Amino acid sequence: MATAEETVTYVGQGVARKEDAALVTGGAKYIDDLSVPGMLWMAVVRSPLAHARVVSIDLDRAREAEGVVAAFSGDDLAQEWAGGLPCAWPVTEDTKVPDHYPLTTDKARHVGDGIAVVIAETRALAKDAAELVDVELEALPAVTDVEAAAGDGAPILHESFGTNESYTWVLEAGEVGRLFAEADVTVSERYRQQRLIPSAIEPRGVMAAPSPTGDFTVWSATQVPHVLRTALTLVTGIPEARLRIVAPEVGGGFGSKLDIYAEEALCLALARRLGRPVKWVAERSEGYLATIHGRDVVQEIELAATSEGRITAVRTRLLAAMGAYLQLVTPGIPILGAWLYGGCYDIQGYSFTCTGVFTNTTPIDAYRGAGRPEATYAIEHAVDALARRLDKDPVEIRRLNFIKEFPATIASGLEIDSGDFEGALDRGLELLDYDQARREQEERRAASDSKQLGIGFSTYVEMCGLAPSRILGAVRYVAGGWEATTIRCLPTGTVQAIIGTSPHGQGHVTTFSQIVADQLGVPIESVEVIHGDTVVAPLGMDTYGSRSLAVGGVALWNATEKIIAKAQAIVAHQLEVAAEDLEYANGTFTVRGTDRSMTVTDAAFGAWTAHNLPDGMEPGLEETAVYDPPNFSWPGGCHIAVVEVDTDTGDTRLVRYIAVDDVGNVINPTIVDGQVHGGIAQGAAQALFEEAVYDDDGNLANGSMTGYLLPSAAELPSFELDRVVAPSPTNPLGVKGVGETGTIASTAAVMNAVVDALAPLGVSDIDMPASPERVWAAIEEVRA
Amino acid sequence: MRRIGMTVNGSPRTADVEPRELLVYVLREHLGLTGTNVGCDTSSCGACTVLLNGESVKSCTVLGVQADGQEITTIEGLARNGELHPVQQAFHEHHGLQCGYCTPGFVLAAVSLLNENPSPSEAEIREGLEGNLCRCTGYHNIVKAVQAAASS
Ligand code: FES
Ligand code: FES
Repeated sequence: MATAEETVTYVGQGVARKEDAALVTGGAKYIDDLSVPGMLWMAVVRSPLAHARVVSIDLDRAREAEGVVAAFSGDDLAQEWAGGLPCAWPVTEDTKVPDHYPLTTDKARHVGDGIAVVIAETRALAKDAAELVDVELEALPAVTDVEAAAGDGAPILHESFGTNESYTWVLEAGEVGRLFAEADVTVSERYRQQRLIPSAIEPRGVMAAPSPTGDFTVWSATQVPHVLRTALTLVTGIPEARLRIVAPEVGGGFGSKLDIYAEEALCLALARRLGRPVKWVAERSEGYLATIHGRDVVQEIELAATSEGRITAVRTRLLAAMGAYLQLVTPGIPILGAWLYGGCYDIQGYSFTCTGVFTNTTPIDAYRGAGRPEATYAIEHAVDALARRLDKDPVEIRRLNFIKEFPATIASGLEIDSGDFEGALDRGLELLDYDQARREQEERRAASDSKQLGIGFSTYVEMCGLAPSRILGAVRYVAGGWEATTIRCLPTGTVQAIIGTSPHGQGHVTTFSQIVADQLGVPIESVEVIHGDTVVAPLGMDTYGSRSLAVGGVALWNATEKIIAKAQAIVAHQLEVAAEDLEYANGTFTVRGTDRSMTVTDAAFGAWTAHNLPDGMEPGLEETAVYDPPNFSWPGGCHIAVVEVDTDTGDTRLVRYIAVDDVGNVINPTIVDGQVHGGIAQGAAQALFEEAVYDDDGNLANGSMTGYLLPSAAELPSFELDRVVAPSPTNPLGVKGVGETGTIASTAAVMNAVVDALAPLGVSDIDMPASPERVWAAIEEVRA
Repeated sequence: MRRIGMTVNGSPRTADVEPRELLVYVLREHLGLTGTNVGCDTSSCGACTVLLNGESVKSCTVLGVQADGQEITTIEGLARNGELHPVQQAFHEHHGLQCGYCTPGFVLAAVSLLNENPSPSEAEIREGLEGNLCRCTGYHNIVKAVQAAASS
């Protein structure tokens, strides 16, 4: 029998990914790479106006065009819908949820709103014919700015509501009024979380095919095949049992593929109507109009504090753009941050109010971090403002206020299970060499160097791993937050893990293989992880909210425990000993004090032959576990940005970035680091580069990859990473989510650094993104 | 329609193409080489990068007819005898990819970069790959992978 020393253990190792072989050779099949015989292409005719009444739609010329099979308006397809595109999170009892059908019939409410479809033999012919559809629109006044939309006299998007306000959601805890009245000092800040475009490099696409038996298969570039199956049943009326959803290789999502989109419903309904497969793939600029955007929130935040800098209460008011309609979780996005405006600080009073407002824009929904980057930005930027007000070091003010004991019930009412905010800060300062960095900053200030340095901190905590189903129910989300895995031991040693999460870059296949291989004592090559097909993996809640390991990984672990328990019963029976007399290590059961042993693989073979099983035991070694977490997952840590600002040109470069995160125990450090890198880049890009801009007429002014500034390698530095580990006590793996931490922490760190660089010049704040123009203008303003 | 002939991944290939058809569609749709990806409609993302006579180009900026008589390498043609090209291997070993959608473009851009400059500095790698966008990795491990490939 192998001793522990000889056994390879995978958990904790940076195992190179199993996924990569197909991806680095061009063998992977994304949605655009798939076709089926007889396939037609759909093109969507979209509104060029932000707000307009649909007067008429003439499809005749399109129908006569070469290769066109059919063309439909919204009215033509009305009978296809059993329901509208769902909003699964009406956050209050009286949330106004507008009708939202895959094609609009009465009005266009944003540029890109779908009005008609053309279906043709090829992609190019469908696109050409779509140009021939004659849509007469009567332009209406449009409103794209969230504050303007909430104001008196604004054009109303959904007339039956009589208002653009969808909901107001409130959370109050503690004696906020008293704490503010008694405060030595208060700061009151206002921030704008600009609108962002998630920009997964793979555009969205979908293909739906009917079968002669009345079943349908839908392939979609989605993060959520299981949610999509349920939703498409609600939208089309096709029973769930007749729907198979396949997520092929998916090229990134970041929340943008966590949705139920018009084109998914349209391709399926058209496949039913026409009896042929129908496919659509977004062009990039089309996708920028027709795929959800993120953020777009105006925040007011006030802190009450003592003269030493102890924060006693936080009061926040948000005005959050919803866009033209409510997509899957649109209203809930700002609410995902609702508990976090007190950050990782020990405060007593908490008040949060959010009003969701319709605007003539592409709908807002989950973009990496979803509500939590906004919350972290607000508290972390406001804490810096407080530090400047009190002339304190931003590090010391954070240290003074940290939550230090765990579990900790935070002012907003939830319980942080574990953390080490101070340890992360200390390690970050060490990596940075804080004193040296401040000295260099001082020198440049003293010399009035044109290139000034700024050092910015973001000490954060976030809640992810969505989520305990009961809490989701309590906040009116319509689905659960559990996750499922089936482990199947094949008779010859292969272990299949059929998972309910649906990866699109996160490396689940490798990470989950590591866990299974260690638990069952098999080589990692013997583990096959299967996902992304609702027929093969029927149970799951999919991938978003940093939940895959913290929820799905625990389901997987629990399933392996069940396998071990059954295998133990088989082995005890076959070796004719009591189960308690068996020791288990690395896949092998040994009779205590002897060299008699059998492996899990032996038990799997025995379970398959079923020649010699305990009375009443079912043959086969296959177990399913469904796990519902008892709490959210609470990663935290310290991020530090160093920027160099050219005060003559406004050019701002991120020169160093340090991240010390607590994500609990780590299964694959290489993959975890990769998640953090990508998150940092996206959050830093919000600070410095990205903003979706609507012009006065409601056009998306920079709706292409040339207009919308995604950073390239040349705009970013390498990142310096480390970790502190405060294992989560709420799950047996001790893991926490990691997918969103980088994005949640980094925007604040970078912007705090920018303001830190400019504060001595008299600049008190700068709107995001801190573009050269904006930084230059801010400097000019204070110099004038 | 016009018939064009190219050497693609070492083999002679022909295709009947429309004059307006882009090379990326010729590769993907006529030749079935779907490893070359399309990420944008503005020549911005580099997902479609291939080697044209050994140099990287965005295949969405080249017309199919312009490739007539030329030599093209796509991601499918980089591995030899079942062995990954050193750049592919380095992306794998250094976790230079997550969703993989940008990867074929990055790998070919990096091959071309290293042909021109076999031992680039970090800054040269970052500048050299400026035409390719990745939304997953933050570029950190892509840069590491290219450094590793350079020194291998
Ligand atoms: S598809 Fe060619 S550059 Fe984006
Ligand atoms: S790995 Fe996903 S875009 Fe680069």
